[in-house]
Amino acid sequence: MRSFTYERASSPAEAAAAAARTSGAKFIAGGTNLLDLMKLEIETPTHLIDVNGLALDRIEATPDGGLRVGALARNTDLAADGRVRRDYALLARALLAGASGQLRNKATTAGNLLQRTRCPYFYDTNQPCNKREPGSGCSAIGGFTRQLAVIGTSGACIATHPSDMAVAMRALDATVETVSPEGATRAIPIAEFHRLPGDTPHVETTLAPGELITAVTLPRPVGGTHVYRKVRDRASYAFALVSVAAIVQRDGSGRVALGGVAHKPWRVEAAEADMPRGAKAVTAGLLAGAQPTHENAFKLPLVERTLAAVLTEARS
Amino acid sequence: MKFDTPATTNPIDQLKVVGKPVDRIDGPLKTTGTAPYAYERHDVVPNQAYGHVIGSAIAKGRIASIDLTDARRVPGVLAIVTADNAGKLGKGDYNTATLLGGPEVEHYHQAIALVVAESFEQARAAAGLVRVDYVRAEGVFDLAAIKDGMEPSEAAGADSEVGDFAGAFASAPVQLDATYTTPDQTHAMMEPPASIAAWRGDRLIVWTSNQMIDWTVGDLAKTLGIPKDRVTLASPFIGGGFGGKLFLRADTVLAALGARAAGRPVKVALTRPMVANNTTHRPATIQRIRIGATPDGRITAIGHESWSGNLEGGKPENAIQQTRLLYAGANRLTGKRLGVLDLPEGNAMRAPGETPGLMALEIAMDEMAHKLGIDPVEFRILNDTQVDPEKANRPFSQRQLVECLRLGADKFGWNKRDRRTGQTRDGRWLVGQGVAAAFRNNQVTESAARVRLDNQGIVTVETDMTDIGTGSYTIIAQTAAEMIGVTLDKVVVRLGDSNFPVSAGSGGQWGANCSTAGVYAACVKLREAVARNAGLNPVEAAFSDGRVSAAGRSVTLAEAADGAGIVAEDVIEFGDLAKKYQQSTFGAHYVEVGVDVATAEIRVRRMLAVCAAGRILNPKSARSQVIGAMTMGVGAALMEDLVVDKRHGFFINHDLASYEVPVHADIPSQEVIFLDETDPISSPMKAKGVGELGLCGVGAAVANAIHNATGVRVRDYPVTLDKLLAGMPEV
Ligand SMILES: Cc1cc2nc3c(=O)[nH]c(=O)nc-3n(C[C@H](O)[C@H](O)[C@H](O)COP(=O)(O)OP(=O)(O)OC[C@H]3O[C@@H](n4cnc5c(N)ncnc54)[C@H](O)[C@@H]3O)c2cc1C
Ligand code: SF4
Repeated sequence: MRSFTYERASSPAEAAAAAARTSGAKFIAGGTNLLDLMKLEIETPTHLIDVNGLALDRIEATPDGGLRVGALARNTDLAADGRVRRDYALLARALLAGASGQLRNKATTAGNLLQRTRCPYFYDTNQPCNKREPGSGCSAIGGFTRQLAVIGTSGACIATHPSDMAVAMRALDATVETVSPEGATRAIPIAEFHRLPGDTPHVETTLAPGELITAVTLPRPVGGTHVYRKVRDRASYAFALVSVAAIVQRDGSGRVALGGVAHKPWRVEAAEADMPRGAKAVTAGLLAGAQPTHENAFKLPLVERTLAAVLTEARS
Repeated sequence: MKFDTPATTNPIDQLKVVGKPVDRIDGPLKTTGTAPYAYERHDVVPNQAYGHVIGSAIAKGRIASIDLTDARRVPGVLAIVTADNAGKLGKGDYNTATLLGGPEVEHYHQAIALVVAESFEQARAAAGLVRVDYVRAEGVFDLAAIKDGMEPSEAAGADSEVGDFAGAFASAPVQLDATYTTPDQTHAMMEPPASIAAWRGDRLIVWTSNQMIDWTVGDLAKTLGIPKDRVTLASPFIGGGFGGKLFLRADTVLAALGARAAGRPVKVALTRPMVANNTTHRPATIQRIRIGATPDGRITAIGHESWSGNLEGGKPENAIQQTRLLYAGANRLTGKRLGVLDLPEGNAMRAPGETPGLMALEIAMDEMAHKLGIDPVEFRILNDTQVDPEKANRPFSQRQLVECLRLGADKFGWNKRDRRTGQTRDGRWLVGQGVAAAFRNNQVTESAARVRLDNQGIVTVETDMTDIGTGSYTIIAQTAAEMIGVTLDKVVVRLGDSNFPVSAGSGGQWGANCSTAGVYAACVKLREAVARNAGLNPVEAAFSDGRVSAAGRSVTLAEAADGAGIVAEDVIEFGDLAKKYQQSTFGAHYVEVGVDVATAEIRVRRMLAVCAAGRILNPKSARSQVIGAMTMGVGAALMEDLVVDKRHGFFINHDLASYEVPVHADIPSQEVIFLDETDPISSPMKAKGVGELGLCGVGAAVANAIHNATGVRVRDYPVTLDKLLAGMPEV
């Protein structure tokens, strides 16, 4: 870990301004991802702006019947919120499928959205990695890829986004609210928040430099049966091989988002028209154009089978 | 004391303390966080500086140059040790690659430098600024690719052939010929290797975490080129070792070198990402098993060949070990081949040999039973042998494998199992049951101890035996209490210090039996001295309730100790009983799994182990050993896999997020039954080991249960869902 300076921000806009002002600055929330990466010198910020004191941890109803989740709401609190459990059960279930109790107590909504990949080569600073060191190459391609992405990949990076929470939020059509260093606020639909790797896998979101997440807003509840199914080698405390977040309505229509398959939570709205026809049809649309490796090709049938089980569960 | 005839009745047989499920005497220290583990021994020596190890970024080649300029400028940096400035170093007997590499690099993350600074953070930050230029060399990293080129060699050991294997196999009415693979595995112990070193003039004191004190003192002295008697080593508590701490490793050598360079004590711990590639690991194997049998299930031919790799000069994984002894069969062939791989050093991990060997053999037995249409429990019983199958005049000292299998089948409800595969459904789960035999040799090796009785009636035992979480403190205390006739609270046990008599140490599940036998020997001597001191006839003297009595006279031990106290020391030495008899431990593992019908996720539902391992010195700590081992077996079966990057030659998943071991949710109900057994051939304790037995065969029992659940036979560990998907029913 390199040495760094540290400040506590006094307001969201001031935090964003400070981040823009100081080169090499980063926000720190729960620190459960950032600190690990700093210890390994994968992240080497020279300045940390602590956003924990900004009163961004509230979860409140919005005027149009939705829910506004503060950027600093802890994963544990969000999963336990009565409104979330009732109206957005998908989100509660996704949160509880992630990490461990101790980590969820610290992990925040914004930090979770921005957690970085678990590609093993990203974690070994002796290995080239375009995401860690732009232009150095991708060690994963041709290497150990069992966990990595099958769709939306590029010749520069085949990593996945590891979040469970974000997959549920994608299915729920959440919006990410931010404040810029200039004090301007904007709302980014979650579909546009995470990026595919393309030639710049180090640029993972559409946030501008210094832009601070202040909240994530969930639109009015859509009802239906909510199922989050995370598939993994061990029963707990493991990242998803694949995960399926589904909301299934009585008439068989619904929504599906996938985790563990791409550089972002994966959802293809057009494929959802096939929901009443079943898992095979939906998966064909969801994963059209997938380019798995020899080691992770199993994720394609696994998605279809898991979705089939999810649909059966939702309808029963 | 020489142990060369089977034990007869002795004071241990009273079983007033030995054999009781007493709590571990060091438990409160551990639960209150006051047990002194190596890295936290802030009090043993003042002014400790911190060392951070730098590992090689390449697997094979040479260091062209190291630039320390920027690192030296970091505030707090005291010294940087590299091969350039460390002086001439020797190599220990037990490590293959050198523990401080450079300029030659022998494996990935081989230590090439140590940065010493005032704080851990400074040392780590400075380590990040050391610039190393390497010249890479071609390496060999792919076991499967070199397998067919491996020739018989001295290093691999001679093949063993009995009868006419080829002929008998070719003519066997029922045959199995299958190849199995087991991956590299890392010990993943909770406490990473850690040491503090301090020089006092030309004497070196090391506080560390190590299973084998005497080996490590010797190798440290040899590496540093100093006499052995100038090295003192203490390792009273060890946060798990599993064989990864049997030997001198880089943390200890570098702490010593760092302390010398910095002129003050230095502490070093390996960071988690270094553990997999810097330390030893269990080597991967490829195993071919051939079994020929008559239609009624008698094995006529059994062959087991194993291929593994290691660094030049390293040893093979002895995966065929159990096959030489476990089942009958007149015609036998076992052999190992060893290839050179430029991967990190392979060496012992809990039940080396038998763990990967049984993972293969016990699937093969299941496959064969399936082919024969015989119940797999019955098939194993049918082929039991009471003698060494390679030497018919050499009996087993004790062998209750059949009893373990039968009792286990009964307790587990084996007769309710559907022998057809894929038949049992419980909601979303396909349910199956599997069985495997457990087998691990019982090794005996000399072990010494010193026992002192003081004028308060307190018995103090000193031996360099280690407690790696196994319960050594407790069973040694139980042994001394039984022998001297006192309660446990009157016994003090001091372990893991090179100032104490040399013990068997903790490895190969020999520790419990041998170290307590050494304590027994010392206690026999102490009893004589105490009786004599009290003016009693040593032959008649009885020790109980804190008193020694004979011929109607009785004195308290405190009185008998007589002011200065009485000290006795002895060593247990084993004669040739181990040659005349085959000493092994046996068990049966029964496992039930559920396989998700859609995702093929595998979850263990319940496990039972029945063990026959001689006298169980403490059923509570023995049970802990076995359930821990069963858990490790689940890891081996379902998830543990150090993945080799075959292009660059290293284990890529070198942290605990990517090298998965079981978590609590993976381990539901576990039951352990010990047969009531004593083995008078093994030692005066009549005990054997259980710490490794509990792991042997578990992996195969899980794999066999998966087959029973799904009908899919996976021969490549770990058995993960991707290997099952194609064979799962439509959803
Ligand atoms: C062992 C382990 C297992 C895990 N398992 C899972 C799992 O199974 N599923 C899962 O989904 N996650 C898992 N996680 C990841 C965990 O969810 C994340 O570490 C956590 O959500 C990050 O939140 P944080 O508040 O600690 O973020 P931090 O570490 O504080 O920050 C993460 C990033 O977000 C940035 N940031 C933080 N707040 C803001 C803000 N308001 N605006 C802009 N940028 C911001 C930081 O600068 C940093 O780049 C695991 C983590 C660990 C360590
Ligand atoms: S897949 Fe992405 S994260 Fe992984 S090594 Fe390649 S560039 Fe780096």
